[in-house]
This record gives sequence, structure tokens and C-alpha cells, in this order.
Amino acid sequence: MSEILRKLWDSGVLQLGIWETVYMTLISAFFSYVIGLPLGVILCVTSKDGIHPVPVLNRILDLLVNIFRSIPFIILMVAVLPAAKLIVGTSLGNRAMIVTLVLAAIPYVARMTESSVKEVDRGVIEAAQSMGAGEGRIIMRVLIPEAKTSLIVGAVISLVTILGYSAMAGTIGGGGLGMIAITYGYQRFNNEVVWICVALTIIIVQVIQETGMLIARKTDRRMRQA
Amino acid sequence: MIELRDICKVYRNKKQEFTALRNVSLTINDGEIFGIIGLSGAGKSTLVRCINYLERPDSGKVIIDGRELGSLKKKELLRLRRDIGMIFQGFNLLEQRTVLKNVCFPLEIAGAKRQDAEKKAAELLSLVGLADKAGSYPSQLSGGQKQRAAIARALASDPKYLLCDEATSALDPDTTRSILELMRRINKELGVTIVVITHEMKVIDSICDRVAVMDNSIVTEVGAVSEIFARPQSDIAKKLILPEVVTPVSGEGECVRIVFDGEDSGTPFLSGMVLSCNAAVNILHAQTKDIDGRAYGEMILQLPAEKRSAGRIKEYLNASGIRYTVTGGAGYVGDTA
Repeated sequence: MSEILRKLWDSGVLQLGIWETVYMTLISAFFSYVIGLPLGVILCVTSKDGIHPVPVLNRILDLLVNIFRSIPFIILMVAVLPAAKLIVGTSLGNRAMIVTLVLAAIPYVARMTESSVKEVDRGVIEAAQSMGAGEGRIIMRVLIPEAKTSLIVGAVISLVTILGYSAMAGTIGGGGLGMIAITYGYQRFNNEVVWICVALTIIIVQVIQETGMLIARKTDRRMRQA
Repeated sequence: MIELRDICKVYRNKKQEFTALRNVSLTINDGEIFGIIGLSGAGKSTLVRCINYLERPDSGKVIIDGRELGSLKKKELLRLRRDIGMIFQGFNLLEQRTVLKNVCFPLEIAGAKRQDAEKKAAELLSLVGLADKAGSYPSQLSGGQKQRAAIARALASDPKYLLCDEATSALDPDTTRSILELMRRINKELGVTIVVITHEMKVIDSICDRVAVMDNSIVTEVGAVSEIFARPQSDIAKKLILPEVVTPVSGEGECVRIVFDGEDSGTPFLSGMVLSCNAAVNILHAQTKDIDGRAYGEMILQLPAEKRSAGRIKEYLNASGIRYTVTGGAGYVGDTA
């Protein structure tokens, strides 16, 4: 191990970087889902073949999601910094970065949720309607529980995407492995640091991916054998 | 009682419109098993969905026990649907819930306590013969078991009516028979009025009291199953009821279908006819059917090609009061009932 890596490790910068990456990703994902999940459900439910069509609302939300989805994150990130300042009082540091990550991830999560919920069999929804279930009950007790496996898989994909975003946030004042790779690696012409950060990121992605898929498999009741 | 009055339903998209129901009127009495038969696309699935307003008719009225569904508020409609259970060709069970929890579902909607719901669900599962599968998930069940679970679920809210949309069409003949038997038992023991949608005559034969025949978005005839079986009027009814073996192997004599009911079985009718008319007939098809507890015989005969012998046989049939229908062969001119 080279001198600089030992220094980074001994001073705790690397450990902090791993921790910052993990918690920025998790907290951002949590808040993205708080808003993105209901938004995705609304997108699905209000569509013209949904259980409660509201074409105008659906078109507006659909357009908004598309607009935000088409802005590259590196630009969106800078553009929403004023919003971050408004919400958390600063445009620097991890808290500001979490705001930008959440804003960038919401439309992504909404689309993921929408496509998962759309997969729920029309016939099952019809059966619930025939029993006298209203829209709220159908959403809470049919759409979301039946789409569970697909939602979990979607969450894994979203988490990995947010992790990638968080690395980019390192360039404009966020912390984490992205910041270390840029500041200690790229800017000091030290490729070793860059590669170490890449390796650590791969490990984190692997852990998220494997754990998520395991949960998805274990909780799916469709394939389980007697 | 379910009354449908002048129901019309048109599906529209940008390019074209499709009329699914054209002025359909029907009355379904309490306690009966009422069949609706037709080929796919005839409108029967749309019709059954109008009964619980899963499909809202464009015009016409659906009246259930005196209440017109179109006049109900949304909440009242949802409440009323608990009185109308429904089962489907694709079973439509919640895949992520156990069988027991599936049966609990309508009770949860009705706001029942968890323990009460589970107790009731367990009882229903015994009724349909699935007590041992309470903890299984739908993916672990066979088709017949899934439909039994769906029936238990449909019965959970103590409905007065049960709508069955092609409920046996995805099942093999043995399983179909056992599901139909279960439906009959539910009708007899629980007094549930059942509406059966199907394209298979055997389903109608084996459980229905009355039947409506649908073709091209309209009801072509309605009546007791035995009546329609013996005397189908519309072309579609004939097509659905007549056995498929009506093409004569050889010869050009015309074919007639004769139906006897149980009362005629004492006399050796066919021998009598052949002897007294001095003409031979070719038996193309013969079977007996049990409709509504009575035996019916059905036979398709090919008459001699020679006109005079054929005429004698027809006269003999008329004279003995046997109903016959010309179904094919030379000289087929359509309805002669």
C-alpha cells in the first residue's frame, strides 16, 4: 500500500468516505421513496387504464417526471443547489447533497414504482373491485402488496443509481468515496486512490444488490414450493 | 332479483366503436342458476360485469332487489357489491397472500375483526374442501383448488348472488364437473342465486335452470334449459346445442334432429317408425342427457335420399308429435322446427 493510502486510512478519511457514501445513499433513497412511491402510484392509478383515471393530472405529472428525468444529474445538481439552501440552509456539505440527490431520484423512483405497480394483474384488481373495495384499499392492500417483489427489485436498482449520483456529488462539495477519488486521486494524479475508491464502490454495490435480491426472493410467495 | 332493462354498451376508441351490448333485457329470479351462453365476443362477459357495475352501461337500467345501480352513490355501490360475489376464469387470487388470507380479504374490506374473519374463512375453506390448504399460497395450488379458494372468497361476505365468468373454462373435464357440483351445492344449501357465463353447453346442461343465448351483442332467446335444448330457435342456439357430428358420411338424404323427453322412453319409437314407413334411416348420432333431473334423448337421423320415403317419415314424426329439426344434408332449408 502506498504512503498516501496509509495516510488516508490512518487519518480515518477513507472510513469516513465509505460511511458517508452509505448513509447519503440510504437517507436519499429513503426520502426519494417517501415522495417518489406515492407519486409513482398516482401516475399508475390516474392513467387512462388505471383504477381512477384523471387524465389532466396524469399528463402534468408525466411531463414533470420526464423533464426532470431528462436533465443530466451533473447539471441538475448545480441547478437545484439554491433549493438545497432553501430547504436545509446550506448549499455545501452532505446535507445539501442529500437534497439534490433526493430531487434527482424522485422522478426515477416514481417511474420505477409506476412500472412495478402496472404489472399487477388487471384481473386481481377487478376481483377486489367486485368485492366492494374502494380505490384506497385497492392501492394499500392489492397494488402495493402484490407488486412487492418488483418494488424491492426496483429499490435495489434505485439505490445503486443514487449511489452513483452520490459519487458525482463529491465534485461539488459532497463527501464520500466520490470526493476522495476526485480530491486525493484525480487532482493529485494518484490513480491508486481512484482505483481503491472504485473497488470499494463495487463492494458496496455488490452488498446492496445481493441483499436486496435475497430479500426479494425470500418474500416472494409466487414461486415457493410446498 | 336481478333485472336488466335495455342495457346498451359501446366501446369507443379514436378509430372505431364496438357495440358490446344492444338493448339487452333479462330477469334473473332469486334461487335459480341462470346461464348465459354465447361464443367469445358475443358480449356475455360485458353483460355480467354490468350486473355489479364493474362496467357501467351506456344506457339502460340494472336493478338489484329493487335498487337501481345507476342511482346509487359510490359508497352505496361498493356496499351493494358485497352482496354479489364474483369468480373468474383466471381465478384472480392475491398471489402474495395465503389461501386463508385471500378468503379473509372481503371481510377486511367489510371491516371485520381479524379473528372473526379468520374463523369465517376457515369455515368457508372447509365448505369448499380446502381446509388443509389454508396456509398455502395460490402458486402451490392446482387450477381446481384455486377456483375453490376463489369460490370461498366470493362467499365470504355472505352474498345473495354469485357471478361466474367462465369459471370452469380453464379447467379439465373432471375438475369442471367437481366445481359445477360445488356450485350446485352452494345454490341448494346456501340459497345463493348463481349467474353462469360460459361458451360450453355442458355447463348449462349440468347446472342451469334457465339460460339466455347471446349472439352479436343481443340476447337471441331465453328459457328453461330443457325447452331450449329441445327446441332451439335461433341459429346460434342450434349451433351451440347441436352435436358436431351432423355431416353425413355418405348419401344425400337430409338430416333431422329429434329430441325425446323422458316420457317417450316407454315406446320403441325408432323401430316403429322404420316399420310403418317402410324406409331405413341412418343414425348419425345418439345420446341421452340429464337436464334438470330429467333424461332427454337426442338423435340425429339421416333420412333416405328418395323424397317419398323421407316425406313418409316426416309425416310419421308429425303424427306422433315428435319434435324434429332439419339440421343439414340435401334439402336443408333452415328453420323447420
